[in-house]
Amino acid sequence: MSIKHGILALLRDRPGYGYQLRAAFEETTGSTWPVNIGQIYTTLGRLERDGLVAKSGEDAEGHVVYEITESGAAELADWFARPITFTDRPRDELAMKLALAVTVPGVDVAALVQRQRSHAQAALQELTRRKLRAEAPHLAWSLVLEAQLFQTEAEIRWLDHVEGQVCRRNG
Amino acid sequence: MHGSGEAEVRALVGVSLDVAAGELVAVMGPSGSGKTTLLALTGGLDAPTAGNVVVEGVHMSELSRRETARLRRTSIGYVFQDYNLIPALTAAENVALPLELDGMRAGKAAKLAVAALAEVGLDGLGGRFPEEMSGGQRQRTAIARALIGRRRLVLADEPTGALDSQTSEAVLRVLRKRCDDGAAGILVTHEPRYAAYADRTIFLRDGRIVDSTGQPTSAVIAGSVESVEYVVPAAEATR
Repeated sequence: MSIKHGILALLRDRPGYGYQLRAAFEETTGSTWPVNIGQIYTTLGRLERDGLVAKSGEDAEGHVVYEITESGAAELADWFARPITFTDRPRDELAMKLALAVTVPGVDVAALVQRQRSHAQAALQELTRRKLRAEAPHLAWSLVLEAQLFQTEAEIRWLDHVEGQVCRRNG
Repeated sequence: MHGSGEAEVRALVGVSLDVAAGELVAVMGPSGSGKTTLLALTGGLDAPTAGNVVVEGVHMSELSRRETARLRRTSIGYVFQDYNLIPALTAAENVALPLELDGMRAGKAAKLAVAALAEVGLDGLGGRFPEEMSGGQRQRTAIARALIGRRRLVLADEPTGALDSQTSEAVLRVLRKRCDDGAAGILVTHEPRYAAYADRTIFLRDGRIVDSTGQPTSAVIAGSVESVEYVVPAAEATR
């Protein structure tokens, strides 16, 4: 996950200014991803340049308040709709995405979880195919492949757990 | 819709599934999502209240009871979690049983059974009784029985349920190989790792297919299942 999508997700909830966004970002991600205020302002500048956020004015204390634009909301919706690919992504990206998904109004969390589960299961199938095709594989190769199998399997189990929690919360 | 008087339950709604020869399809979903019902429909153990089940071009709904039983014996093999072997028969006798029921001479059936056992890695164990075998050996015996003869549709319901991971993988490899050799297979499982032996996985929830890891292959040759709507009595709905 990029800070870009984190900020868009937070602004989708309500307009905000830099320090506010930083605090909300860290709170939403359980402080597992500390960001400095410089990164927040640099990202806001890029988002504004790209038309994804806009300045909506100043609050009583003179903070410049930003809001999400239609393009920004579309970009965010697109991000939520896309599965995170398995190529070289940090492990906690999906956790962050789900933390934001349950925070932002209007996100179909169950559908997001199912898309991710399908994606993970397809990846597991591909890993299993590789395992079955390998004849007398080298131990190191097997260990790496098994690691990927376990990680992917763990993600699917975790998604089952998330789904259960979300269902209980909503039910 | 109907039930046993009080409750009305739709176990499967609007489900359409094609399985091609050489293809193994995994079915996943929470308890009560309709996985076992889908398998029972495919195998002719139950009939849909509406819709069709087609196996090798034969519409199951058009068959008499006797014809359905014959189709089950000759074309469809089952693997259950608890093996369902007959304790009083040896492994080879268990495997030969469907052939003998179909009128084959005992000697010929026995010879085929021994070959089928060898194929699943149980060479020389045909004379053992189920109680003399490990869980993995029993399950492989059940697979040999499910696949003997011309049967080209194999239905497995949690076949690795009681087995350790190494034995489970051996069982899955046998199932995978039979599909690679031309059988059509449906595998119901809770385990993502075992579902990954399939060519694709469909996800059931509340009797509907909510997602799939891939598209069906185009050429449907062996097994074709189209269960549009199916109703079970309330008592069975929690299976």
